[in-house]
Amino acid sequence: MPMVKHSLKTPEAKRSKIVNNIKTKLTREDVLHVAKLSSLTLTDAEIKKFLPQLSRVVEYISQLSEVETQEVKPTSQTTGLVNIFREDQIKALNILPQDKALSGTDIIHNGLFKVPAILEGRINK
Amino acid sequence: MKNYKPVIGLEVHIETNTKSKMFCSCPQNHFGKKPNTTTCPICLGLPGALPLANSEAIFKTVKLGLALGAKISKFSRFYRKHYFYPDLPKAFQTSQKDEVLCIGGQLLGKEINHIHLEEDAGKLVHETIDGKKFSLVDFNRSGCALIELVTEPVFRNIAEVLVFVKELQLIARYLDISGADMEKGTMRLEGNISVTTDSKIPDYKVELKNINSFRFLEKALTSEIERQIKALEAGEKLIQETRGYDEVKQTTFPQRSKEESQDYRYFPEADLPPIQLGDEMISKLKSEIPELPVEKRIRFKTKYGLSNEYINVLVSDIKRSNYFEDAAKLSSEYRTIASLMINKKMDKQYPEAGGLIKKILELTKISYSDDASVDEAVLVVISKNPDVILSYKNGKGQVIGFLIGQVQKILHGKGDPKFISLKLIEKIKK
Amino acid sequence: MNLPLTIKDTQNALLEKKFKAVELVDSYLDQISKHNKEYNIFLTVTDEVAYSKAKEVDKLLAQFDKKVIENNPLFGVTAAYKDIFLTEGRRTSAGSKVLESYIPPYSATSVLRLEKAGAIPLGKLNCDAWAHGASGENSDFGPTLNPWNKEYVPGGSSSGPAASVASGMSLISLGSDTGGSTRQPANFCNLVGLKPTYGAIPRYGVIAMSSSLDTVGSLAHTVDDIEIMFDVLRGEDGFDAVVKNFNKAEIKTKFKLGIAKEYFIKGLDNEVEKMIDDVRKVYEKAGIEVVEISLPNTKYMVPVYYIIMPAEVSSNLGRFDGIRYGNDRNSFGEEAKRRIMLGSYVLSAGYYDAYYLKAMKVRSKIIEDFDKAFKEVDAIISPVSPTPPFKIGQNTSDPLKMYLEDVYTTSANLAGIPSLTLPSTFSKNKLPIGFQLMGSRFSEHNLFELGKLYHKEINYKPETAI
Repeated sequence: MPMVKHSLKTPEAKRSKIVNNIKTKLTREDVLHVAKLSSLTLTDAEIKKFLPQLSRVVEYISQLSEVETQEVKPTSQTTGLVNIFREDQIKALNILPQDKALSGTDIIHNGLFKVPAILEGRINK
Repeated sequence: MKNYKPVIGLEVHIETNTKSKMFCSCPQNHFGKKPNTTTCPICLGLPGALPLANSEAIFKTVKLGLALGAKISKFSRFYRKHYFYPDLPKAFQTSQKDEVLCIGGQLLGKEINHIHLEEDAGKLVHETIDGKKFSLVDFNRSGCALIELVTEPVFRNIAEVLVFVKELQLIARYLDISGADMEKGTMRLEGNISVTTDSKIPDYKVELKNINSFRFLEKALTSEIERQIKALEAGEKLIQETRGYDEVKQTTFPQRSKEESQDYRYFPEADLPPIQLGDEMISKLKSEIPELPVEKRIRFKTKYGLSNEYINVLVSDIKRSNYFEDAAKLSSEYRTIASLMINKKMDKQYPEAGGLIKKILELTKISYSDDASVDEAVLVVISKNPDVILSYKNGKGQVIGFLIGQVQKILHGKGDPKFISLKLIEKIKK
Repeated sequence: MNLPLTIKDTQNALLEKKFKAVELVDSYLDQISKHNKEYNIFLTVTDEVAYSKAKEVDKLLAQFDKKVIENNPLFGVTAAYKDIFLTEGRRTSAGSKVLESYIPPYSATSVLRLEKAGAIPLGKLNCDAWAHGASGENSDFGPTLNPWNKEYVPGGSSSGPAASVASGMSLISLGSDTGGSTRQPANFCNLVGLKPTYGAIPRYGVIAMSSSLDTVGSLAHTVDDIEIMFDVLRGEDGFDAVVKNFNKAEIKTKFKLGIAKEYFIKGLDNEVEKMIDDVRKVYEKAGIEVVEISLPNTKYMVPVYYIIMPAEVSSNLGRFDGIRYGNDRNSFGEEAKRRIMLGSYVLSAGYYDAYYLKAMKVRSKIIEDFDKAFKEVDAIISPVSPTPPFKIGQNTSDPLKMYLEDVYTTSANLAGIPSLTLPSTFSKNKLPIGFQLMGSRFSEHNLFELGKLYHKEINYKPETAI
């Protein structure tokens, strides 16, 4: 049995080269990979359609590589706020009664949401 | 035959005992509640919902870090960790990645990598309905505040693991941050296990999940280590995988998880402004930390002189150790008190420590030496120690202790110290 | 249609008993039934709720008369909401087949605030699905048409909200603005639109698109009306952690405005460029200095936006798995799928640093540009769209072409600053052209002042298209 490395990726050869850390062109494997990550199933026709469209956008956004950002700190949010907390209290008014919690779907069983059997173990926790 | 040693690291999840969940005001306590009755738009992951962080959960996490000597991050942040699973309503878990709350620390000499804060997922159960297999989801637990503690792979035998986990559980209870009850699910464990013949950390690890009792922890670890050694001795190569423990078969089994390792696509949670903990706040939280088990054990040893077994039993239960100390204020019969509590469980009979002391006095009076024997012994000691008596008469009051001790020697320890003292003073005066 | 086009006129008419609130609702519903099929503006008309609210308003009027406005600043004001605003018990679709039957169990803060203030909700409005778009053509329920000319787009993604007010189907509407989605359609439909400061108005109950960029947008005929809406909507709600209460900034008496030299790019239409110049002249005539400023990182705004936004979209749309609500992920339309995949791509292992992290850093530089600019000037005049409204189908063949529509609008979202869009003139094709005023964070009330001044100077009169 081959020794499997710590972090597994789709073989590098099948995914496009990264030049100066920036993609130059997307491949079909790239599209399939991100579709899988996003839990989207694509038809062949969709893959054919999306590949050039996504490629063009990726090419376009890659122009950021020319911006000098060596000493720049990233911004993840513009408010500058810190320490916005909630007091540890139960607010009964916000709790949804069971019927409201379940109201978005008919696929329920004994107060639980029903899905086809999940055979895979939970990856995390 | 090569000498294989286990290499074990732990991931411990502790559900805080806050009133409300991590990012919403639903009740944190979901034990025994009807399914999907403690949820709201936020923990149910409805469209448009937004998180708001529970300050108390943050403070409890920091306290745990402080108690374990971790470095508390002045600046810390929540991140989104993405994957799809039916019990994860937003398809991401709000957790921490870079800039976690507590870094480093140690417990019983075992290094901790970090401690961070996150939210729990819902619960999935499997059921066959009309012949077809389904999974059913209850989101009561979704969004509950969860502390995660990750150790370095520093355990080299199972006993060390058990001791560590028990102590961590005790500390969580002392700090009043969680009931840390494995049966109730407020403390959960995962082990990362590999075996090695030298001191190098192997390049694979097997994740053992769903360990929900100490008994299973020991059995599962034992069984898994055996399995790995057997495999390696047979020339097999071990792979990175996730396994569960089958209580019936008493073996571990591979859990079918996706072949690829997960790409969680972490990025900072913009809906939650970062956490900035100043020195003042950290000092305040530090001051709220009570005497911890390790300190208490030392104190019990020096102050009460109890045996290690007695100390461990008492210290393992805050209520009982407090009871013991209440009783010890009323009577210095420390060993007797401890013995009656531990061997005869008399603290259950007498909810007030004073009641137990009364009972002790009753019991112990009978076994005290009678007055005549005490008299005799006192006279012997006085006659044999004229210099000491002179010191006492000259004001050195503390020598009475020595004299009491000498009397007890003659009486084989059966004297009532207070009565002996009275008699000594009486006779010295004469 | 002869209904009043401002809040004040409507309320005065109600107080003068020119008509009752229920009669007002009759008229609006009539307008909707006449033209909605053709223009595809409303996805759901909530007439029951509308009449029920109108009756309440009539009761309050009878009881309190003029005093009714004290606790009900929006009494009698007909409103409609972009279909990404959750409304309890009323279908909310996000313009997508995924939620075509979804009935939420709770309402958005902004909806509750408007309705508590006396607004009468008429229904839910068409939009680009998940707010992804700049024309309204990405709706899973068909595009909305521009009331000024059916062959043209009303703009997007708040296509329905703009068309609703422009066609006299509601007096005000709520949209969202993540990259220009309220300003651009307001601009294409001759309306005043506000993208508020990020963190001014709570987003709780608005289907999230891009968490660090989303804002609740307002659309109406006049700046006065936008101001009334803003003061009702803003402030903490105990749910949105990025919202802080703030005191109205002191209204300035002397303003200085700026126009960025980087705005004059190849793709800028002549008519739009001329309009900007005319705007400058109007302000100068009114005694306000207009200077040239520089926003050096302007050309990177769209690429930064099209990294950060899809990343956050891919994250926010993960919850739509069909388990607790909605249809499964196969029901997502093309544009949604594209953005989700693009987002997963820029966040994925090996690409995060080069794309998402890089974009966050360039974003810092963009914010710095604005900080510098606002030390010099009080507000920045800018086009909203590089061209006047375009025709249906004109930009749909190439997603990238549509993305470039956002060149003037995304900057305000990236910087978290407010922007007020104002109708200015009409093109030679008789389609609306307007501009936007951007200010520093929480400077809305000064923008309102500048907007009112401009409209006074040009003698602006609100009008509906049909």
